[in-house]
Amino acid sequence: MTLSAFDPQPAPAGSVHPVQRHNASLSAKVTRKILVLGATSGIAEAVCRIWASQGAQLFLVARNPEKLAVVAADLKTRGAAYVGTAVADLDDTEKHAELLSHAVNSLTGMDVALLAHGILGDQARAEQDFQHAAQILHTNLVAPISLLTWLANYCVQRRAGLLAVLSSVAGDRGRKSNYLYGSSKAGLTAFLAGLRNRIDREGVTVMTIKPGPVKTAMTAGMRGSEKFADVDKVAQSIVTAVDKRVDTVYVPFQWAPIMWAVRSIPERIFKKLNL
Amino acid sequence: MPASTVESAASLPPAAAAVRPSGKPPFESWGRYPKYSSRLVQLHWQSDFPAILAGSHEHVLPVGMGRSYGDVCLLKDGILLQTTGMNRLLDFDPQTGVITAESGVTLAQILEFAVPRGFFLPVSPGTKYVTLGGAIANDIHGKNHEAAGSFGNHVPCFELVRSDGKRLLCSPRDNPEWFHATIGGMGLTGLISWAQLRLKPIVSRGIDYEGIQFHGIDEFLDLKQRYKDVEYTVSWLDCVSTGRNFARGIFMLGEHSRVPAELTRSSEPRLRFPANAPGFALNRTSVSAFNTVYFHKQRKPHVRLLQDYEPFFYPLDSVLHWNRMYGRNGLVQFQYVIPWDGAKEGTIAILREIANSGLASFLAVLKTFGDIPSLGMMSFPLPGIMFALDFPIKAGLTFPLLERLGDMTLDYGGRLYPAKDAAMTPHQFQSFYPDWERFARFRDPMITSSFWERVTDTTGARPTV
Repeated sequence: MTLSAFDPQPAPAGSVHPVQRHNASLSAKVTRKILVLGATSGIAEAVCRIWASQGAQLFLVARNPEKLAVVAADLKTRGAAYVGTAVADLDDTEKHAELLSHAVNSLTGMDVALLAHGILGDQARAEQDFQHAAQILHTNLVAPISLLTWLANYCVQRRAGLLAVLSSVAGDRGRKSNYLYGSSKAGLTAFLAGLRNRIDREGVTVMTIKPGPVKTAMTAGMRGSEKFADVDKVAQSIVTAVDKRVDTVYVPFQWAPIMWAVRSIPERIFKKLNL
Repeated sequence: MPASTVESAASLPPAAAAVRPSGKPPFESWGRYPKYSSRLVQLHWQSDFPAILAGSHEHVLPVGMGRSYGDVCLLKDGILLQTTGMNRLLDFDPQTGVITAESGVTLAQILEFAVPRGFFLPVSPGTKYVTLGGAIANDIHGKNHEAAGSFGNHVPCFELVRSDGKRLLCSPRDNPEWFHATIGGMGLTGLISWAQLRLKPIVSRGIDYEGIQFHGIDEFLDLKQRYKDVEYTVSWLDCVSTGRNFARGIFMLGEHSRVPAELTRSSEPRLRFPANAPGFALNRTSVSAFNTVYFHKQRKPHVRLLQDYEPFFYPLDSVLHWNRMYGRNGLVQFQYVIPWDGAKEGTIAILREIANSGLASFLAVLKTFGDIPSLGMMSFPLPGIMFALDFPIKAGLTFPLLERLGDMTLDYGGRLYPAKDAAMTPHQFQSFYPDWERFARFRDPMITSSFWERVTDTTGARPTV
């Protein structure tokens, strides 16, 4: 993962911050260069706090400049060796190539990309309004595919890298309460499986992260949200999974057997359930 | 494709969400009394307030971890704005030790960040599970009041956001009146969005601890005099025993160890009080047995040891939800300060009244406040003796006793602490805090609390059980 160690080009003088060099001697983790898309999402922010405290170099992309600024200040304070930012609406796929090459240049490389942007959408509205349904699919599926296409090819070229992508347990089976969100995530899960099948052999890890309901701004006010998983625990599981380079991870891990059971229910019964 | 928007907390939840089917209110204070239905809304970003109020005319109250005991953090039938999602660290200067953070960060989170970097809180309350904003709003104090004053004395500045959207930078120089009204202002002057806190350097997690048994208030005051230069002092007091053992206790002293040692993070607490204890669990016999064991826990009258800061400052934090020990009815705390003039006499009289009542629990704390003036208009500390005790709620007994104790406190020139209170009468409050009407002018028109409604109520309504 430490690309720089194998880089035949010596780094130009003065390009490495003294703090960075000092940290680099402590642990291999510290030199990690991480791109985070949707950095103000609750899960991404919690994951970044852990990476920041390990001294990672981060490049953050989010839509809202004020929110991005406070998240960047927080990560810098917690010990990130570098924090770069860009304000962007990731729905705008035309700008992806420019954005990603700027981010990667700014980081002078990239070891990990975390894709965390997404919307829950309004299921009831999406059932009546196709424009809204298309919006959910665009933000949660089409835009990530655009980003991952660029990132996958970048990583394949360097024969290294890890692409960690937030899908959802909701993508494991369509349910009437959120099947638009669920189908966007199901599509994403399938895309990631295919991408993994293509590029894992090229030395690039594709990681599908499937969180159950987590207490974040996105789920605030939902029924039963006080019982949702703690975002810091979920973040720790994601960090561990990235370190271990696993293919698919349910967070919290209890969701793996639960979703196995949900998938096992025969359709003739499942269709009558209120889920 | 148009820009997608799912903004955090962009709108208030429907009123139907107020009370869940189980009937358990969504937010309780630490005493779990009183219990009020209200709506709980999470703030995640500084821009959420006052945007979240758009179009609403309901009263709101910013709250943090709900560690105050009574009703300063409650608002019956209103909206509680919980700040714990606003917990970002915005800056830290290792040269000066000044940390800047959003107000929902907890002192536990600050310690987790600061201790490995060789810094510690300037003032530590008895639990680290309180927010920075809550610590300012209640101008909390610690075991080092004589050396350090209260929490607000270490806050260089903060931002106050009013419900009309005005953002005021407050410090002793900028908007000084708002600064003094907001420190100890019980969250009523607006939302504290971020604040600065001056941390102090440490070289070890360790505390050089001494525990000394004493009998009676005279011995306590002698010890206090003898160890007046020690930074942290606090005493546990037996409030049940009478006769020979009346007002026996353990005088506890601590200083940060000056021997450099590894500054690791604290581990997460493992114990939790699993369920509500039955109402009869705390009775005169069990409490008195506990007190005897606790008093003799240290085998010798005087012990010295090197202790970690966690058990020294936060002994009860190691058991999550320890308030369940008091059962479903909850507990109330009685906490006074009496200025030196009447301090000794008043303390002895009040302790006798408590011992005779037979209602005391074992969580009793005695200490002294020093001369450093607090900065808040409504701050609690005064130079003198401070005493705090938890009571289980017993129908027909606890509240009449609390009213008597409140009147005695008033007679001796003292005052009670709003952050711990569920029982003081409007007359008592208005006598304890003669500045309250001046303070009332700084209250945000959209913000109130059940405490404020209760103690400024002139119709003579009393808490009932």
